[in-house]
Amino acid sequence: MSRMTRRTRRFARAGSAPLSRGQAVLRGVVLGAGALVFLFPFYYMIIGSLQSSPDTSVSGAFPDPSNLTTSNYEAINSRIDLFQGLINSGIFTGGVVLCTVVFGVLAGYALAILRWRGRSATFALVLLVQVVPFQLLMIPLYVLIARNYGLSDNYLGMILPFAINSTAVIIFRQYFLQLPRELFEAARIDGAGEFMLLWRVALPLVRPAVVTALLLTFIGPWNEFLWPFLITKDASMQPLAVSLANYVTNVAASTANPYGAVLAGAVVLAAPVVILFIVFQRYFVSTDVGSAVKG
Amino acid sequence: MSGTTTRQEDRTARSSRRGPGPSGRRSLLSRLLGAQPIGWLFGAPYLVFAIIVFAYPLAFAIYMSFFDYFFSAPGVEVDKPFVGFDNYVAVVTDPAVLQSLGNVLVFLVINVPLTVVLSIVLASALNKVVHLRTFLRVSYYVPYVTASVALVGVWLFLFSGNGLVNNILGPLAPTPSWLVNPALAMPTIALFVTWKQLGFYILLYLAALQNVPKELYESASTDGAGVIRSFFSVTVPGVRQATVLVLMLSTIIGANLFTEPYLLTGGGGPNGASASPVLIMYQRGIQQGHPGFAAALGILLTIAVLIVALLQRRFAGGKEE
Repeated sequence: MSRMTRRTRRFARAGSAPLSRGQAVLRGVVLGAGALVFLFPFYYMIIGSLQSSPDTSVSGAFPDPSNLTTSNYEAINSRIDLFQGLINSGIFTGGVVLCTVVFGVLAGYALAILRWRGRSATFALVLLVQVVPFQLLMIPLYVLIARNYGLSDNYLGMILPFAINSTAVIIFRQYFLQLPRELFEAARIDGAGEFMLLWRVALPLVRPAVVTALLLTFIGPWNEFLWPFLITKDASMQPLAVSLANYVTNVAASTANPYGAVLAGAVVLAAPVVILFIVFQRYFVSTDVGSAVKG
Repeated sequence: MSGTTTRQEDRTARSSRRGPGPSGRRSLLSRLLGAQPIGWLFGAPYLVFAIIVFAYPLAFAIYMSFFDYFFSAPGVEVDKPFVGFDNYVAVVTDPAVLQSLGNVLVFLVINVPLTVVLSIVLASALNKVVHLRTFLRVSYYVPYVTASVALVGVWLFLFSGNGLVNNILGPLAPTPSWLVNPALAMPTIALFVTWKQLGFYILLYLAALQNVPKELYESASTDGAGVIRSFFSVTVPGVRQATVLVLMLSTIIGANLFTEPYLLTGGGGPNGASASPVLIMYQRGIQQGHPGFAAALGILLTIAVLIVALLQRRFAGGKEE
């Protein structure tokens, strides 16, 4: 388990005053109520996607065998091609993850290990890119990428603005900084080049950081709506988030069970990230994410 | 970037022409580019990326905001007259923009206190719990990692006129319902965003709690402070930095809302009561074809966000030293 949790446990044992039974119960109730509030909408998403007619009464929140169906999944699939949507989301996300892991690791290594003029200016730039939200640049980016470069309805145009995740660069840098410098000195004396050092020495030691950064990077483009929405008009090029949103705003009203179909699409969109997150949750550690945001 | 490389080659060529030998070349190179010039090579892809999708668009936005910019087919020359500060004047006097700024304020008033209170309470409870820790952690973060578009689908279902929420409330259900009620549309969006982002802030507060020295808790309990008392006099001041960060991130998120007002309230409705500045940028800039206006709005928002970020650095930094 992570450093974080070990530290937390020690802290919990040594630091706080022993709680009375009543306080422990109260804490359990608070945490349980929190979990319920966070998880219920997900449960309700699945239940709603399986109802043949929408049941919004309180008893409708429990599965009713006579009202269960998979027809909502067929209904949404006949209006938007779920498979093509997943493929497009996958290409968009995969492109961003690939660029981030290749070029982001290189940049993180250069910022942490190598001494070159302009390094601190480059790091300041990484922080600045991270602070200025993408949305504020959307108009010039739209004009440049869609109008001037003609990259609308194109995977490259989709990927370009997100290609290298700055948060991931910062995470890579922080992990490389923690590696002992003697390691690099010794390998350099042995005549290893910097690419070799990065590949053989540094990368194997920061594998957890790579997983954390990949997870964070994956979530961004998979869930992104605004940019692919601006740049894709061709339905066969749209990531799933965009085609589902267009379905919600335009065609949902003309379906027999609009909520059921929307929720079925939502389940398909949410499932890959949720599963990935549950599998890799131990890499989603507070220290990395927190410090990355604080810069 | 290409400029830098050519300059670098240029200098190397010149130095070799002067003929001080390989050692001289290296010293000039390292004087110019630092001890390990290969750093430039490693950093180059990121620098190119930052120039293409950050620096150049930023400069282009500034340029556009001073012109009556038109979209045109590639190669077609359209007159794009210089209009000075007209776009900026139009932005700050536009009632829809002012309304959207008011909406951001409503968003902040609901989102910030709710986020701070809930995430401090849940993070400090989570910090002490031993059983089910992983389950609780995962369940809190799941909304944060899930696409807004998918979650909006459930909220539409939950908060529709005869949805589950109104069925539970019974006679207390608001009319008109949540998302079509001008007074409740923005608060509902604020509630949605608070719920979706809370896991992330719990994560931040959990990290901040690790930095509160445990001696403080010990001396508080020696002084006879109970759990509640030490929560307010040790925990809350101890995580102040994280609280300032919540304020900054909430401001950025509020100014940049797009998916939620676009989908949840059908384009910032009713009557713009839940429109955000970015939604207006989209409507004016791309739907109605006034990118100059939208660019000016974007510049003003960027400046506002940077000011907030700098203030945050000030606050948080002062505490650290």
